[in-house]
Parts: sequence; structure tokens; C-alpha cells
Amino acid sequence: MKIGSRDVRPDHWAVCRMVKPQSTVLDLGCGTGDLLDLLVKERNVKGQGIEWQEESIYQCVEKGLTVLHGDIETGLGDFPSASFDYVILNQSMQEVRNVEFVLAEALRVGRQAIVGFPNFCHWRARLDLFFKGQTPVSRALPYRWNNTPNLHYLSMKDFEVFCDEKKINVIQSLGLTAQGQAPFLHNLLSETVVFQIEKDL
Amino acid sequence: MSSSTSPSKENISLFTFADKVPQRLVSGQTLGPVSVAYETWGQLNATGSNAILLLHALTGDSHAAGEASNPGWWGPLVGPGRAFDTDKYFVVCSNVIGGCAGSTGPASVNPATGKPYGLTFPVITVADMVEVQRHLMDHLGLTQWLAVAGGSMGGMQALQWAALYPERVRSVICMATALKHSPQQIAFDEVGRQAVMADPDWRGGDYSGGPPPERGLALARMIGHITYMSDQSMEEKFSRRLKSEGYKFTFDAEFEVEGYLRYRGANFVRRFDANSYLYVTRAIDYFDLSNGALVSSGKVLPRFLVVSFKSDWLYPSYQSRDIVTTLRAHQADVTYVDVHSTYGHDAFLLEWEEQARLIRPFLVKTSEAIETEKSGSR
Repeated sequence: MKIGSRDVRPDHWAVCRMVKPQSTVLDLGCGTGDLLDLLVKERNVKGQGIEWQEESIYQCVEKGLTVLHGDIETGLGDFPSASFDYVILNQSMQEVRNVEFVLAEALRVGRQAIVGFPNFCHWRARLDLFFKGQTPVSRALPYRWNNTPNLHYLSMKDFEVFCDEKKINVIQSLGLTAQGQAPFLHNLLSETVVFQIEKDL
Repeated sequence: MSSSTSPSKENISLFTFADKVPQRLVSGQTLGPVSVAYETWGQLNATGSNAILLLHALTGDSHAAGEASNPGWWGPLVGPGRAFDTDKYFVVCSNVIGGCAGSTGPASVNPATGKPYGLTFPVITVADMVEVQRHLMDHLGLTQWLAVAGGSMGGMQALQWAALYPERVRSVICMATALKHSPQQIAFDEVGRQAVMADPDWRGGDYSGGPPPERGLALARMIGHITYMSDQSMEEKFSRRLKSEGYKFTFDAEFEVEGYLRYRGANFVRRFDANSYLYVTRAIDYFDLSNGALVSSGKVLPRFLVVSFKSDWLYPSYQSRDIVTTLRAHQADVTYVDVHSTYGHDAFLLEWEEQARLIRPFLVKTSEAIETEKSGSR
């Protein structure tokens, strides 16, 4: 998919669409900084990343990004409340132990949060479960049970229910396939999903 | 000089000031005249935006970089094409006051008496060191450093620059350092000082007429070296290896680690003044930028690169994280990395590749920001 003239991953495309130009962004679990770099270049954001893998941090710094070596599980104590327009948790939420705490911190520090994760109830995953009787392995869920970093398996619908229970307002959600936006039946057809959320005041 | 770390004298410049009105120090005492020994590499650009100040650690000097025969304490990071690229940047490094590698210190002759200062030299602080560097900066015609950078005590000076002159520092690079000296760090310094002062040759600091307190200073250095290494790096470097086969059942240096410490101690006394050791360790013991001293509100803050090393138990990672927390509370632009290294505190003088991978792009980004600003205001 395209942002400007760049070919980008569908989830990066979705996040980029949600982020307003010139805004401030904190990316939790920013990895090698590809998404943050995209947001800096295409949305002119003031970006900050947090990442726990040392090698990834060097790659962020090489991209000119500002990044802190740290574990998002221990909270964002260094960050004042509402100090960023957006806090991003892309493909990192399903890997943290205490999801509720991390999400609460994201919504404290960010006026909004943007959360992206693989949709466990994509039709292919359902077929794997039903016909193969095996834990699904796919593009969005590339790991086997024994080597996956994912601690939580959730669907688009699961997250909607969760937000409803926690009084989190869903501003928008985008269901994505490798080709683009899922046309309909999002919980069935989306490989990855991206939610834009805020605290329900 | 025989030591490999001693500077090649011909490249050192000397700047002297406060010869008419003495310099006022943090302690309230005054010092003058004040001489600063410094070296430079590379060329200042037309806009004066490419100047970098390197800040040495406890026993360092102005020789941050040099020829292969005398490469300097940060040599692998400084030079053409290196992280501190002397084809692009104008790099400056000066010896701290209180030191003994060319700048005014307790071994310097007090013009009022014609004798070395000894213990009549005023006690100095890290802020005094920086104030002297600021005079040097003005002398060199510089308005703003692109970066101030150093490790350990050098990192403290870098932070002190940000605290005193945030508008004159575009970015701060500090390795293996702290916001304040901890009781453990003060304790090790005190043991080192006591070792010097327990040497009968020290004679209350007035040893210029006789032999210097070499045994005491060497012992202080041996203690220091233990704190600069890690359990693992000592295991890797020495293990329990013996200098010659079999135990001799003596108190000679039978183990390699003993030989190493003795060698380091003996080498050190040839290049370092015992009183300087007292003064410079005292300066870092007073160092404390906690409780709001690091960041003055309402000022534009420099960018920061903060680096710690996982096996550094003398300046543990949590101290660097304290720096980060303080800066983050003021929304400063901070990059922090806790580098995996087994070298202990020495890592900032040994982990070249990791530091280069961080410093090089950090400087490029800082330079770009200056250029963008300039083109924006045009």
C-alpha cells in the first residue's frame, strides 16, 4: 500500500492515516523504527520510541529517531499525563504480560492510543483450527506455538468488547488484509487490525 | 614521557586567563591566573556550527585522539571518517583545572609564592571545570557547541554544561555517568585519597622537594582499576592464571591480576600528580545535579544521548536512567541505551563500535536540525 510514494505495510498505512500532521507520537515497542520513521517523514510528527531490544535501538538511532531503551511493561513513569497526541502500540500489545496496565498507561500518556494486532479470528486461522486441528500459522501469525512472542490471542471483536467493558471509546478501527482494507465482515476477513481509541470521558 | 597516554606536547595549546582578575570558584575562593591546555582537530566551519567539546574522565587529558603511536583516550571515535568525524567537525578537548596535564592544578607553580600550590590550591568542582572551558570557548570565538561529550567524569561535565549553559550546547552525549555521586562512589574516592594521604612521602601535600607519594597513589590507582572492571571482565582477562607456573607461597604478584594492578599502579604514578588525584576526585564527589539543578525551566534544552553499560557497577545503569527520568520530566529530547558489555565502567573506553553507531547518527541528526532551522529562518 502507498503513503505518498512509499510502499508500506498495511498496518503502517492504517496508523499513518490516523495520525494528524505535526502531532506528537510515542511508539511503544517501536522495534527498528520503521513506523516512527514513516510518521516523521510523511506526517512530520515529533516522535519518540521505546524499545527493549538493543540492536533495534541502534537501527532507530541510525534513522535519526529519538528512542529510549526500556521495558514498556514497567510503565511510563517518565512521561507526564497527556504529554503526547498519540501513543502507539503496534504489534506489541499482544506480546506484553499485563495488557490492561500497558493500555491504561498508553491512554494516560497519550490523548489517544493507536493499537494494532494480528486478528486471531481471520478465516484462515479459523480453518486451521477447525480442519487441521492446529494452532494457526499465517502471514500475520508467523510463529508456531513453541516460539511465538505472542502472549495473547485476540480477535477484532474481542478488542471491541474489551473497549466497551473498560469504557474506552473506539474512534475508528481498520481491518486489513495484505492487499488493503478488508471490504466487509472485518472480524472474518482482516489479517491485522488497527484501532484508534481514547478514554471515554 | 614514557606513558602511552601522555599527550605529545607539540600539539597542545595553552590559553591563560584570569591573570589580572582571578577567577571566582564555586567554593568562594579565587584562582588566577588560570591556564588551560587544549588540543583541536578538524576545522571550524564558516557558520561556527560544527564545534564539539570532548570531556575527559578522572585521570584523562586533552589528548582525546592522535597518531597510532599515541592514539588518545577516545582515539577510535575521533578522526577522519570516525564517529566524531574530523573531516566534518571541529573537535576540542582540554585538560580540566585541578588536573596535571598542562592546565593549572596543585602541581602548578603559584605565581604569588614561586612554589607549587600543593594543598593551598583551592578545592574545585565540576562546575568550575566547565566555567574554565567556557572561557576557552569564548577565546576560540565559539557561540555554541554542536555537542559536548564524555564518559564518567566527562559525562558529568557534559551534564554540567547543559545545566549552566543550555543555550550554548546543542546536544549532550554522556556515557557511564551519573546525576550525582552516590555514597558508594564517594566511598571509593575517599579510600583512594586516604591511600595517598597515608603515604609518608605525601607530607601534607607538600612533597615538591622530595619523592612523590608513589606508593599511596599507586594503591589508589589499583583500587580504582578494580572498580573500573567487572567480575566477568576480570575472569576473562586474568582468570586465576599465574605469572609463572605453580604457587610460590609468597606475597609477590603471583597471579596475573596482581601483576596487572601493580603494573597499572606503577605506570600511573609516572604520569599523574598525587595532589591532583585528591582534587579531581573531590570535585566529582561534590557533583550533584539532582533536585532540579540539571534543567532550568523556560530554557531551550539540548538533545541528549545517554548511554550506560550493563556490567558497570561503579556507575550503574540506574544512575543513567535517573538522568533520563529527570530530562523526560521536562520533555527533553533524550535517547537512552543500556549497552550490553562485560567491560564494566571501562566500557566507555573500550566499546568503540556500539558507541560509534550511536554517536555518528546522533551528531548527523543534530547538525541537520541546525541546518533546517537556518533555512527556516532565512
